[in-house]
Amino acid sequence: MKIVVTVKQVPDPNSNLTLEGDNTISREKEVVLDPGDECGVEEALQLKEAHGGEVILVCMGPERAKDAIRKGLSMGADRGVLISDAELAGADALLTARVLAAAIKKEEPDLVICGTESYDGSTGMVPPMLAELLGFPQLTFAKKVEVDGSNVKVHRQTADGYQVVESATPALITVTAGIAEPRYASLKGIMAARSKEIKQVAFGDLGVEKGEPAETIEGVTDAELRKAGQVIQDDGSAVDRIVQVLADAKVL
Amino acid sequence: MPSVLVYAELNQGKLVSTALELMARARDLGDVYAVALGTGAKAAAATLGKHGAKVVHVNEDAAFDDYVAEPAADALAALYEKEKPDLILFGFTPDSREVAGRLAARLGIGLIANAGDIAAQGGGFVAKVPYFGGAKIASMKANAKPAIVLIRPKSFEASEKGGTAEVKQLDLAVADGSKRAHITERVVEASEKVKLEDAKVVISGGRGMGGPQNFPMLEELANALGAAVGASRAVVDAGWVPYSMQVGQTGKSVRPGVYIAVGISGAMQHTVGMKTSKVIIAINKDAEAPIMKMADLGVVGDALKIVPALTAAVKAKKHG
Repeated sequence: MKIVVTVKQVPDPNSNLTLEGDNTISREKEVVLDPGDECGVEEALQLKEAHGGEVILVCMGPERAKDAIRKGLSMGADRGVLISDAELAGADALLTARVLAAAIKKEEPDLVICGTESYDGSTGMVPPMLAELLGFPQLTFAKKVEVDGSNVKVHRQTADGYQVVESATPALITVTAGIAEPRYASLKGIMAARSKEIKQVAFGDLGVEKGEPAETIEGVTDAELRKAGQVIQDDGSAVDRIVQVLADAKVL
Repeated sequence: MPSVLVYAELNQGKLVSTALELMARARDLGDVYAVALGTGAKAAAATLGKHGAKVVHVNEDAAFDDYVAEPAADALAALYEKEKPDLILFGFTPDSREVAGRLAARLGIGLIANAGDIAAQGGGFVAKVPYFGGAKIASMKANAKPAIVLIRPKSFEASEKGGTAEVKQLDLAVADGSKRAHITERVVEASEKVKLEDAKVVISGGRGMGGPQNFPMLEELANALGAAVGASRAVVDAGWVPYSMQVGQTGKSVRPGVYIAVGISGAMQHTVGMKTSKVIIAINKDAEAPIMKMADLGVVGDALKIVPALTAAVKAKKHG
C-alpha cells in the first residue's frame, strides 16, 4: 500500500506566546513538524507495518521545511517530496491544494493522510480541496483507521460520538491529533533519515496555474480586546470572590 | 441587489443553528435564498422562510445524509450553474467546511474561512477575519465570483424576519460516483447533560488540570451550577477528553453568561471560541497567562484546591 502523508512546518506551538504592549503577539521563531501531521505520519507507519508498502511525505514550504520532512523520515517514513518556490510564499488554501495535488498525483497513492487542520492556520480547508482535486472520497476527522484490502474504514469523530465511514481506496483521510501517539525517532532512525531521499520539486515543474488569491487584505485593525478585570492571588478568599461574581451574574 | 445563497446545513434531519445565524446577516446583504439537502429539507425550508429566505431549494435524497461531502458539493455546483449567486455563505462547522472546500476546488476559486462578519461593499463582499494570532482583525475583500465565505458559529443572533419561502425542488440525481465515503453507522458516546452551546455557565479545563483524572472535579462543579464542561484543544489532543468537549476555533463556539477557564493559558485557538462570554473567570497558577488579561476575575492559584472548595461553596449557597 502506498501512503502519502502531507506535512507542514509550523511555528512551535510550545514556544512562548506573549501579548506585547501594543497587543501584538510575539512568538519565538522556532519551527517544527506540525504536531497534527506527526500523528498522521504515525498512523501511516502503523498501517505500513500492518499491511506493507511505502510512506511518502509531501510538503510545500520554504527550503527549511526539509527539517520537518527529515523529522518524519527519522520516525520511519521512506522518502520525501518538497515543493519549494519563492512564488508560493503566502499561497492560499486553493493554491496549496493544487500544488499538493499535482505532486501527489505523480505518486499514485492508495491513501492520502492529512491532519484535520494545521496548527498555525487552523482552518482545515486544504484537505477537502485536495480530495476534490485528486478525485478521491474524503474520510475525515478519523480517530481510528482500518484498512482491509482495497477498503478503508474510519471512525469519524462527531459532536456526540462517532460515525463509521467506509470507502474504497484510493481515498483521502484526515486524522485527529489523538489518533496515535507519535513515536520518538530512534538514533538509528535519525541516522537512516540522513540518507533518505527528499526530492525537490519546483513550482514550474508541476504545471499548476497560480490563479488569483482568494482575498485581498484591505486593512487590519486591532481586535476588540476584552478589558482586563481584576487579578487576585488566592489567599483563601478567592472562592468567596468567585461565588460573588457568579451571584452578580445571576447564575447562582 | 446581489444574490446570496446560504448553505443550510442539516444534521440528521435537523437544521443546525448556525444556518439561521447566517440568515440574520445574509438578508441584509441582498436577495437571500437557501439550499437544504437530505432528510428534513422541506421542514427546514419553512423555518428558513421565517428567517428571511425568499426561495429554498430542497432535495431530500438520503444520499445527502449517508455520504460525506460529495453529494452536497455536486448539488451546490449544479445550483451555482443555474442561479449564479454572487455570494455563497457557509457556517464554519466541520461538515460545512468539507462541502465548501470541495465546491471551491471544483469551481476553481478561493474561499475565505473563519470569518466573524461580512458586509457588502463596492459591488463585492468584505469579510472580517481574525488575523495575526487573533490580536488583529483583517478586512478581506473576496476576489472570486462567487465569493465563498465561511462564518464562525455564534457570529450573529438568529431572529425571525420574513415570511414564507417558495420551496423549489432541486432536480438532481446523486451520481453513484459521488456515493463513496459511506456513513454506515452512527454511534452516540456521550449524551451531554447540558449542551455546551446552550449552557448558561461553561467550565473548561486545560493542561493546568494536570491530567484526565482531575476532570471529574470539573463535572462536580458543573453539576452544582447546572453548567456544561468544555476543554482546550491541548487536552483534547492529549486524549484526556473527547473532541466533543473542545471549545475554540475548530471546536465549539460558546457565549455563556459565565465562562470559567480552569488551567487554560488562553491561546487564540481557544479564546476565539469563548471571548464573547458575558463574564469570564480564570483560574490559573500563572499570573502572566494571556487568559488573565481578558478575564473579569483572574485567580492566581492552584486549581486542584480551588475547584473543590468552590463546588462546596456553591452547594452550600444553593442549599443554605
